[in-house]
Amino acid sequence: MTKIWRYGDDVNTDMLFPGKYTYSCSTAEQILPHLLEDLDPAFAAGVRPGDILLAGKNFGCGSSREQPALGLKAAGVEAVVAKSYSRIFYRAAINQGLLLVECPEAVEAYRDGDEVRLDAAAGTIAVGEREFSFPILPPEILAIRDAGGLLPYARAKLRSQS
Amino acid sequence: MAQTFAEKILARKSGRDEVRPGEIVIVRPDRLLSHDNTAAIVGKIDADLGDRTDFRAAKMGLSPSAHVVVLDHVVPAASQKDAENHKAIRAYVGRCGVENFFDVGVGVCHQVMVEKGLALPGMLVVGSDSHTCMYGALGVFSTGVDRTEAAALILTGETWLKVPESIRIDLRTGAVPTFGSPKVGLSPFLTGVTAKDLILSIIGLLGADGANYQCVEFHGAGGLSIDQRLTVANMGVEMGAKAAVFAVDRRTQEYLDSIGVARDRYEPVWADEDAEYSRRLEIDLAAIGPVVAKPHTVDNVVPVEEVEGVTINQCLLGACTNGRASDFELAASILRGKRIARGTRLLLAPASREELRKSIASGAIDALLAAGATLLPTGCGPCLGAHQGVLAPGERCLSTSNRNFKGRMGCAEAEIYLASPATVAASAIEGKITDPRKHLPSPASRERGRG
Ligand code: SF4
Repeated sequence: MTKIWRYGDDVNTDMLFPGKYTYSCSTAEQILPHLLEDLDPAFAAGVRPGDILLAGKNFGCGSSREQPALGLKAAGVEAVVAKSYSRIFYRAAINQGLLLVECPEAVEAYRDGDEVRLDAAAGTIAVGEREFSFPILPPEILAIRDAGGLLPYARAKLRSQS
Repeated sequence: MAQTFAEKILARKSGRDEVRPGEIVIVRPDRLLSHDNTAAIVGKIDADLGDRTDFRAAKMGLSPSAHVVVLDHVVPAASQKDAENHKAIRAYVGRCGVENFFDVGVGVCHQVMVEKGLALPGMLVVGSDSHTCMYGALGVFSTGVDRTEAAALILTGETWLKVPESIRIDLRTGAVPTFGSPKVGLSPFLTGVTAKDLILSIIGLLGADGANYQCVEFHGAGGLSIDQRLTVANMGVEMGAKAAVFAVDRRTQEYLDSIGVARDRYEPVWADEDAEYSRRLEIDLAAIGPVVAKPHTVDNVVPVEEVEGVTINQCLLGACTNGRASDFELAASILRGKRIARGTRLLLAPASREELRKSIASGAIDALLAAGATLLPTGCGPCLGAHQGVLAPGERCLSTSNRNFKGRMGCAEAEIYLASPATVAASAIEGKITDPRKHLPSPASRERGRG
């Protein structure tokens, strides 16, 4: 079953991936053991593909390092659902192919044990018995995610043109 | 429907009639800028480029004239590693036929984009550097992107942008007493106050994330010179803005005329009067005084009076924020005939070779050198702490650059204060932070200075 990892407001990039490893870890294998190390020591070992992160406002604030987005994507996290995101993290996540959902109502509605189901194409998120909608991501952004990130997407696009 | 600048330009660039904030559009930027990070960007797509010899042969999406590469961050190379990086970039530029390549010494990338006429009104420009927002001074929608994005853009020629909400800032100028001489009197600021004090004050007011993801439009800025607008737009990113823009007016046109850009080469875009904003703000220019941003955040802004007397080991005049001829002339008008204090270094980092030549011709550089300044090569120099003017633990720098983050000048135990060229010049004389109004230029040198 999808596990929900729940966090508060202003989760910054240092909490997502400690700055001290910025220059020594750049690949997914190097990043994964340290993901969310200072925020939730149980995360790195416990996260499974398909899990969802639920958080408050201004998620991903701080530095522009790309490891947090890269790491969450590599861990197989299906999406981050938050009240809002910092600008830099928002772009980095999309470019790495990580799905971000901005839906404050869903975050508010969540109670421990609720099941969360996401339909990115329809722009809906079900939390327990209740359903919320969020702005549908344009097909281009979904395509970037489906391709696994911006560079694979760009390559596929080039191939289809030539 | 009425549209903001951002909505209008992004609609135009994505081939739509209108777009709304929050929507994502696919756009083909007119230019991509990269600097010493070009090799790191291109490294991500080495295999895609293969042994192809130019963009056209490789059927790359980005046209060879759209990619602008400027070597400016660590120039001339400070180590073998830097030299190898530069060498790799020159090889890429040659191999892929990048036409707009500016080697060591031409200037800081953002100033080069502007003075070479590569960022023109109505254009959409992205750069893999956060201060790409500077060309908003000329009515350009310009913004910073990450390396992955720059790499993908080289491959396909396009990228995605989320349409930002906009903040409207109206600048009001009353009957403002100014420096006095007719030329200097054109400045809309009070004596001793500059555009740097304006933007620092705004950032202090809105906070470092006060314009997160938004486009900041400056209205009523006709009284500001192009250099003043460049200083303001440059720092848009320090309040989180995606872009910071000014309307194209007579001054913009005259500036572009002066660098040889024909008027039919650009098509200005501006907001409709009744467009919708997330926030509106009015700033009375006569209410702005000299301010300083204290360590370690740019929004930690206080009136200069509050930090007067703080001793300074190093002063930096320059960088892409304030390294133009008008900045050196203003500083020279204060330092002419004086000496900098013992125990204080004054470094000059000109934003470009052209601006340096103008400052030499006007006598400003000579006056500053006579006062005890050290002239550095044109480029980023001490601004990012990679080389030149690195600080020691416990040292303090007063700088005209745009960031005072911990460690920015190469040492996490040093402190950086940000201020205007006038405040830096006055402080260099005393060796401590000084209110520039205490060192107003003599009538003779007023003629040369411009607020
Ligand atoms: S001068 Fe400083 S802020 Fe400007 S581009 Fe260079 S490093 Fe960046």
